[in-house]
Amino acid sequence: MTAFRFTIDGVEIDAREGQTIMEAADEAGIYIPRLCDHEGLRHQGSCRVCTVKAGGRSVSACTQPAAAGQEVENETPHLGKLRRDLVEMLFHEGNHLCPICEASGNCELQAMAYRLDMTAPTKFPYLEPCRALDASHPDIALDRNRCISCGRCIRASQDVDGKGVFGYVGRGIHRHVGLSAEDLAGTDAKLADFAISPEVCPVGCIIRKRVGFATPIGEREFDKGLIGHEIEERRHE
Amino acid sequence: MVADAPNGNDITRTGFDPGAEWFAALHEEPNGIDSLTLQTHTSETAAVAEICGGFDNDPHRMLDILRQVQERYCWISPQAMRVIADLTGLTPIAVEGVASFYSFLSLSLRGRVTIRLCDDIIDRFSGLGAITEAFETGLGIKVGGTSANGAFSLEFTPCIGLCDQAPAAMVGDVVLTALTPQKASRIAEALKAGQSPEDLVSQRFGDLSPHERAERMVENNIRHAGAVLLGPVAADAGLRNGLDLSPPQIIDTVEASGLRGCGGAGFTTGRKWRMAATEQAERRFVICNADEGEPGTFKDRVLLTERPHLLIEGMTIAARAVGASQGIVYLRGEYVYLRDHIEAVLADRRARGLLGKAILGADGFDFDIRLQMGAGAYICGEEGALISSCEGLPGEPKTRPPYPVTRGYLGFPTVVNNAETFCHAARILDRGARWFSAMGCQGSHGTKLFSVSGDCLNPGIYELPYGQTVQELLEMAGAEDAAAVLVGGPSGTMIGRDTFHRRLCFDDLATGGAVVVFSHRRNILEIVEYYMSFFVHESCGYCTPCRVGNVFLQKAIGKFRDGKANPGDIDYLRDLSSTIIETSRCGLGMTSPNPILSTLENFPLVYSAMVKPTRDRIRDTFDIQSAIDGARKLARRRSHIFDRDFTE
Amino acid sequence: MSEPPRARIATASLAGCFGCHMAILDMDERLIELTKLVEIDRSPLTDIKSFTRRADIGIIEGGCCNEENVHVLRDFRRNCDVLIALGQCAIMGGLPAMRNAIMHSDEPLRECLEEAFISGRNIRNTTHNIPNDPALPLLLDEVYACSEVVEIDYQIPGCAPSGDIIFDTLSRLLTGRFRGFGRDMIKFD
Repeated sequence: MTAFRFTIDGVEIDAREGQTIMEAADEAGIYIPRLCDHEGLRHQGSCRVCTVKAGGRSVSACTQPAAAGQEVENETPHLGKLRRDLVEMLFHEGNHLCPICEASGNCELQAMAYRLDMTAPTKFPYLEPCRALDASHPDIALDRNRCISCGRCIRASQDVDGKGVFGYVGRGIHRHVGLSAEDLAGTDAKLADFAISPEVCPVGCIIRKRVGFATPIGEREFDKGLIGHEIEERRHE
Repeated sequence: MVADAPNGNDITRTGFDPGAEWFAALHEEPNGIDSLTLQTHTSETAAVAEICGGFDNDPHRMLDILRQVQERYCWISPQAMRVIADLTGLTPIAVEGVASFYSFLSLSLRGRVTIRLCDDIIDRFSGLGAITEAFETGLGIKVGGTSANGAFSLEFTPCIGLCDQAPAAMVGDVVLTALTPQKASRIAEALKAGQSPEDLVSQRFGDLSPHERAERMVENNIRHAGAVLLGPVAADAGLRNGLDLSPPQIIDTVEASGLRGCGGAGFTTGRKWRMAATEQAERRFVICNADEGEPGTFKDRVLLTERPHLLIEGMTIAARAVGASQGIVYLRGEYVYLRDHIEAVLADRRARGLLGKAILGADGFDFDIRLQMGAGAYICGEEGALISSCEGLPGEPKTRPPYPVTRGYLGFPTVVNNAETFCHAARILDRGARWFSAMGCQGSHGTKLFSVSGDCLNPGIYELPYGQTVQELLEMAGAEDAAAVLVGGPSGTMIGRDTFHRRLCFDDLATGGAVVVFSHRRNILEIVEYYMSFFVHESCGYCTPCRVGNVFLQKAIGKFRDGKANPGDIDYLRDLSSTIIETSRCGLGMTSPNPILSTLENFPLVYSAMVKPTRDRIRDTFDIQSAIDGARKLARRRSHIFDRDFTE
Repeated sequence: MSEPPRARIATASLAGCFGCHMAILDMDERLIELTKLVEIDRSPLTDIKSFTRRADIGIIEGGCCNEENVHVLRDFRRNCDVLIALGQCAIMGGLPAMRNAIMHSDEPLRECLEEAFISGRNIRNTTHNIPNDPALPLLLDEVYACSEVVEIDYQIPGCAPSGDIIFDTLSRLLTGRFRGFGRDMIKFD
């Protein structure tokens, strides 16, 4: 495979033919914010939070192939603002009441809001959906009011578990994650599925029953460090 | 019988017996399936299996399968989806993903005939309200409803490509134009009396040729024929010339002509063909984008009706140029009335050796075309989404790169061109690159079809060389009192009188051809709000900014119309628009804020006049009276704070 | 020796749980430091019910769920130079705003109150009435974030915000050195 170099925010990094900008950045210890992308899953490029400028054009870093000599912008005030808008859109599309959500502290959406300084008074309206909860399954519950349509569960179930428990249905603002049966109990979803594992759902939509508050608020994943810090630490190794 | 039936389930409870298949599917009881249910299940299963079999159980033909199931059962039942999933090897949720994506497919039971009223802004301005009322009264159902006996459903649908003869509607597979309330009532009566939609067009519909049927339903309204497309055309002269040229020579000719894509984006056609031709691959495809969904555009309708041979000729030339042996014409679901006509043209050309094996006797020149019907999704005009749709997937744009010319349909290099582009290509091969490139202006060569509609005397099709001014076109169309003109449809630009001198060409006002005229009587904000609701309806929902951001824009325009906009909301509109444009994944989101941005630019007073000032940094847009009204009624008392002569 | 003039601060608790006011006490001994810089005007902490004069900073806990909240919030906006929304309820409605998402019927308020006071599964209300004392302020159709009703200058996130972020923000604002929050301080829970 051909190796080449390109720059992110002026820092020269190594890449190989076939890598996306994000893959190369991850290896080099440069974190590019992302929500729909997850290690081990197909790239989807739908949340757009990983938008970077490559050669002056805005592209999603998770799908854009890295190119030799390319100049990529990542941490600029302008891109920070775009990403903050996108994260805020996702907050407002669903019902994200952090104080009552058991995912608080482990939630990537929330953590992204922290990282992107989402603290100014909002200008966006709240869409306040009213989607039915699904607690039919003995071990798993779904609160789709918190779904951000990242589709990670869909790809995990389809590609890793080989099951197809989840899938997108509908179009536009009505597009949502549907189930292969009437309710979750009717599917072959299991607690041991990769799709159900804590790392796949970035928010509090897929809930594993009876473990919600095993770790108290304040001692959770993103209480310990900003999202992306593991990747950034690679850079200093 | 009148019933307010919000979904299929309620209809069944009225006791109507529809022929039982779907009835059974709805009443699926896990415990104690009775024999009738079992029987009807079996018959639906067999029928759906037969439909799947007709397409070799190929998951890539999902859209065709679902269209046929919809046609037969008036919905796609859970049972049908399970059968289809089973036979095509997909998961049931994947089938539901497709079935739930397209407007013309339904997951709840619809009537045997669906009446779709076009609710484009032009139709609204042409009296859609009264026509809707006439249909509602006549059929005894509201828009969105289905009649109790399962005969009719009534719906709104976005632009069906008949703006020059609005108001218009689809009734089953036929279209009816220039509707009046009287006409609408008569249609409703006739349908209720048992006439078929085809009877409404002609009592001898079956005896008419497909072309005659199309002519009977729809006026062409060709107002100005240019030298390239709508004037006299020598049959297959371009194709014959193409046979004397090598594929690279064909591409050179098309490139030398300066032809650019006519869908609006204007990519150089010759370059596109060359990229597909030079990509290493076992197979290649040529696809005609006849999914013209941009509100106000109807030029392809006229080409498909009057120049279908030229279109197929152009595709055949493209196939020779890039080395494709298979092609697809993707026809938007709204143009289903042209399906038989196109099929007849394809059959005729096969019979005459112009399609199929060894075209015109040229050894190894094999090319055939299938017709792919769409099913009501504007996004499928985007080339990646169109390819997804042809592959039997939801019409979602594909990740780029790779581009379709390198990895398109089924992963093979694919040329997707607009219908008009193929027609031009055929004419270029006939008359030569120089002839074509001499027309038009620098950077925009040849002629262009403009679809003019709205407030003008002569709506219809104008074939003009590129480079005319908007003013010149307006004069031809009898639109002297135009106050605003939308060039390129809602994803284009809305301009005012002071810029009617701008030119229709790629370097100034680039357009796929829609020119929608609005007189001073029209409310700009009403138009903008309509177009934003259109984009909200048509966004595929794949990416965040387009899915969510357009809803926010629509709501913000609503605030302006209600007089509830804050002074900062003008900046908010600009700011949110630029985020959507910059972060969206495809052309839809990159252009959907244009109705707002171009009117903010060209009609700023329309917005500033609606802003409520903020006093003492207290938002006047928060309306305390309406906020407490519900509680006031519930508590049966007035407010101590806000109802007495209370001075804050 | 003359002391520098102290900044006047006012606080109010709207549709909240008073937890954010309790969180002010989480500044612990730093409160003493802070009180050297400020004096507190209208506030539940001082029990002063109306502004004695214009305040430099107003701190609002809670969003607006009833007419009185709106009235108080507007009063604060008129009488404070800088207005701060403290905590998630003031910022985005918080827990009370949960009702917004479940109220999609034709008569949402009635439905909500009937379930809360009459028909709910664990209700023991022998009167079977929805409380309607004339002294009760009328409820709003939905719960509003403070920034929907008035312009808000700063928002301090948290449920409740930590003593650290409150102290950090206030002390920097008072000394003109506020440049945004440290990322490790931002918490929505």
